[in-house]
Amino acid sequence: MFEQILFAIMALVIVVTSIGVVAVRNPVRSALNLVANFFALAVLYVLLYAQFVAAVQIIVYAGAIMVLFLFTIMLLNLGSPSELAERSDIKRPITWGLALLFVIVLAGGVFIRLGEAKPAGDDIGTVQMVGKHLFTDWVYPFELTSVLLLIAIVGAIVMAKRRL
Amino acid sequence: MGAVPISWYLMLSAFMFAMGVTGVVIKRNPIVIFMCIELMLNAANLAFLAFARMQEPLSTQVAGHVFVILVMAVAAAEVAIGLGIIVAIYRLRDTINVDEMNLLKF
Amino acid sequence: MDALLSNAWVVIPLRILIVVGFVLTAVPALVWIERRALAMMQVRKGPNRVGPAGLLQPVADGIKLFFKEDVVPEKVDRFIYFLAPAGFLIPVLCAPAVIPWGPNDRLTPIADINIGILFLLAMTSLTVYGIVLAGWSSNNKYSLLGGLRASAQTISYELAMGLSIISVVLFSGSLSMRDMVLNQQGSLGLLDWHVFRLFPLGLIATGIFLIAMLAETNRAPFDLPEAETELIAGYHTEYSSMKFAMFFMGEYASMVTISAVMVTLFFGGWLSPLPFAPFTWIPGPLWFLIKLGVFIYLFVWVRATLPRLRYDMLMKLGWLRLLPTALVNLFLVAAIIWWQK
Repeated sequence: MFEQILFAIMALVIVVTSIGVVAVRNPVRSALNLVANFFALAVLYVLLYAQFVAAVQIIVYAGAIMVLFLFTIMLLNLGSPSELAERSDIKRPITWGLALLFVIVLAGGVFIRLGEAKPAGDDIGTVQMVGKHLFTDWVYPFELTSVLLLIAIVGAIVMAKRRL
Repeated sequence: MGAVPISWYLMLSAFMFAMGVTGVVIKRNPIVIFMCIELMLNAANLAFLAFARMQEPLSTQVAGHVFVILVMAVAAAEVAIGLGIIVAIYRLRDTINVDEMNLLKF
Repeated sequence: MDALLSNAWVVIPLRILIVVGFVLTAVPALVWIERRALAMMQVRKGPNRVGPAGLLQPVADGIKLFFKEDVVPEKVDRFIYFLAPAGFLIPVLCAPAVIPWGPNDRLTPIADINIGILFLLAMTSLTVYGIVLAGWSSNNKYSLLGGLRASAQTISYELAMGLSIISVVLFSGSLSMRDMVLNQQGSLGLLDWHVFRLFPLGLIATGIFLIAMLAETNRAPFDLPEAETELIAGYHTEYSSMKFAMFFMGEYASMVTISAVMVTLFFGGWLSPLPFAPFTWIPGPLWFLIKLGVFIYLFVWVRATLPRLRYDMLMKLGWLRLLPTALVNLFLVAAIIWWQK
């Protein structure tokens, strides 16, 4: 019962904030909606026995990625505050309608046939468990990720050069 | 213990993904478009973790968690590069409106 | 008593009361200590009129802040402007939930979760939102610059901080704060603490954490977000009355929290420095408070001693000195631990 109530609250937060990210015109408010969304997601991850992923979600997304977003928004807002305002045109209502259709189709697909959750052991989402599998079964993808991050670092430095 | 059905998580994930797609289509500010891409990636993460709960041998459930961590690393790399590109474009052209970035168009 | 303490509905509110109550009552005491100590170091008197030795000065300040007019500038983004002080204070008060203050696991921590240190990192990294949003919503260029500086500074120093914490995780093999303290228990007393592990690697990790902790709490010499001489008061220029008081309380509460983390990770938590008779009579929480006091005094001492860094020096220190040092240090720690096995 408790789990379901918690899920309902967090699902409500997620629905409202994901609409908010798209519907709000001010980019800083969009970013705030997204932060709230990530928090609610972290709670859902805990409900799914993924404690480690939940903590990483908050550290990486809320603590680093979204701060970077806010930094960039504020940096670019310095020169021209009205630059980033959105205009409205015919594209918007059509897209909202299509999005609704998309949700209905996906939701219908979910309802067709789906098994129930298997009982999870308590130690599924712990750091020890995830770490053990990350460094044994998944070690090649993990190493490739580190190469990707290295490329990203080099790319970011190239981007930051004064003259492109 | 009244557990939450996995299909609810998947519905939520579908909704988040649809909102992300909508945002990418209708927004003109590339930073907000990036945020909507993050929204879609997170929808995928939620789906990964939800599907992980349906795996039969318990040890394979961890695969979903590993995938989420890989996705997060990719998202971090993408944000670092993407925001760098946006700042570079702003320096060169004094605007970041995606409708005006059409130099590659005939 | 024992039955009462095993009832979750009694013990969890009690734990929250102990931890939050301690952190919040420490704030006025800290303000007094800081002002008196600074005065002492600068050879002047400091507040000495209200109460004995000026002890009631923080109370008077609090009353003053309560009854001041709450000025809201006209062109602020009202919702975010009101949200920002709470967004700063709440994570600061959430962070000590995983810190064990004494050997009795019934009373503290509020929750001994197995990802304790990750929770702490998450909460300390969230405090930056309050500062950034305050700076942005105030619609004041100095505030905005303060917010920008805060976001860049926090991201830069979080890396070094995280890397120095990982060496502690390698020492103790656990992410739970209680396990980390228990891992420092030994027959050698303070030589078993993480500071002196694999000498000098533990000491280097401690030093990096110390510098990063000053930067994360935006204290001198890293107080660039509020640098009075350049940015008036930075992100809280436009805040007055209780909203300013919330930023003020948040800053001091985060000093208490981060010092407690320092004590727990590197200086043996509640353990006594010498494991024989007269020292073990002093109860664990008291040792914790003594060590906490030392680090809080260190904060004040550093503020009185060092001048503020220039912004490019701050970035250079973070990225070109601390980060490579922390990486090499972490590599050496990992290699030696692997070799010892």
